[in-house]
Amino acid sequence: MATVVAAHRDELVDLDRMIGDGDHGENLKRGFDAVVSALDSSEVDTPANVLKLVAKTLISKVGGASGPLLGTAFLRAASGLDEVDGASVAAALRAALDGVVARGKAEVGDKTMVDALQPAVEAAEAVKDKSVAEVLAAAAAAAETGAESTIPLVARKGRASYLGERSAGHLDPGARSTSLLLRSLADSAAAS
Amino acid sequence: MTVGLVIVSHSAKLAQGVAELTAQMAPDVTIRPAGGMSDGTLGTDFDLVLTALEQADTGQGAVLLYDLGSARMIADLVVESHSDPLHAVVVDAPVVEGAVAAAVAAQGGADLAGVARAAGERPPEFGAEKPKTEGEGVDLVLRNEVGLHARPAALLVRTIASLKADVTVYHDGQRADARSVLALMGLSARGGDTIKVVADGPDAAEALRRIGKLVEINFEE
Repeated sequence: MATVVAAHRDELVDLDRMIGDGDHGENLKRGFDAVVSALDSSEVDTPANVLKLVAKTLISKVGGASGPLLGTAFLRAASGLDEVDGASVAAALRAALDGVVARGKAEVGDKTMVDALQPAVEAAEAVKDKSVAEVLAAAAAAAETGAESTIPLVARKGRASYLGERSAGHLDPGARSTSLLLRSLADSAAAS
Repeated sequence: MTVGLVIVSHSAKLAQGVAELTAQMAPDVTIRPAGGMSDGTLGTDFDLVLTALEQADTGQGAVLLYDLGSARMIADLVVESHSDPLHAVVVDAPVVEGAVAAAVAAQGGADLAGVARAAGERPPEFGAEKPKTEGEGVDLVLRNEVGLHARPAALLVRTIASLKADVTVYHDGQRADARSVLALMGLSARGGDTIKVVADGPDAAEALRRIGKLVEINFEE
């Protein structure tokens, strides 16, 4: 995930510069770099504990709204992930979505990460009886479509909402980074 | 010990400035700025805010005020992580006005709910309410230059904080609760203007005496 964020840092910075303050790529890179060193220097074992460490690090290091939002997502995902199979991964994604919605008060159509995350959760739940790799692949594909759907939208939440109509015509950076993160998860699951 | 305050901002300078301004009106209140990231960049830092909250809560709880969007989320997360989440409240209010109102309420001995309420209240709409007459009243001419501006208004609230009296200040067709700094400032009473102060309750006479004295000494200016 950190590698993907680093590789797409400039793209996210550019997207964010169009409709935000241009710090989204940098913030996420700082956050996930810190996640890598935190994971390297700790001895967390269970999937839930890994997610909790990721959450805590992102909340501490990201700075913008993505920190508490992604942090809440990882934290909630951790609470539902006792074993790793398709159904529990789908449930963890649902818990993550619920956490993000509760924290950020956004819904589909507001031009936010929820536009990528909610369709991802629904796609994951539709195939939850399949393998982890297939569940995550479905989630990633739906998140990409969802992120694309933010292009014509006018932002109603977050910094981009200050731009009003001018935010239309740009891909939402938060939705884009969410789809990148899910794609990276899906690729790792497929490779393992 | 009073209820404490935490100023959560994306900018360290902004948080420090609000804390500095606020402390002038509430010398005994613990006010902790928590702005910017630990590496000096703009943003809200979870650990910084959590530390500030632990320091501001000296036993009576603390109120957190924030500047923009994500600062609210960090503040909420910090409250959830506080050793006693019921000892901390995030208030949705303009950060400068809210901090001043909260600090003055805390200085006057208000409890956590009272301080949070003071921070979140809005000044009355211009001319929204007609004056009413009840209790004893006295007309006072403001002789200090700025009139009922922030610091004098804060002093007025503090001087009657411990009294059992409902005190209302009238000016130019508007009225304000004398326990609300923001409402008093909303009267826009300047130097040379006449205000009418009406008090009701067991300590009404003492309230009028103290406010009269405060006006007489030009709010210590």
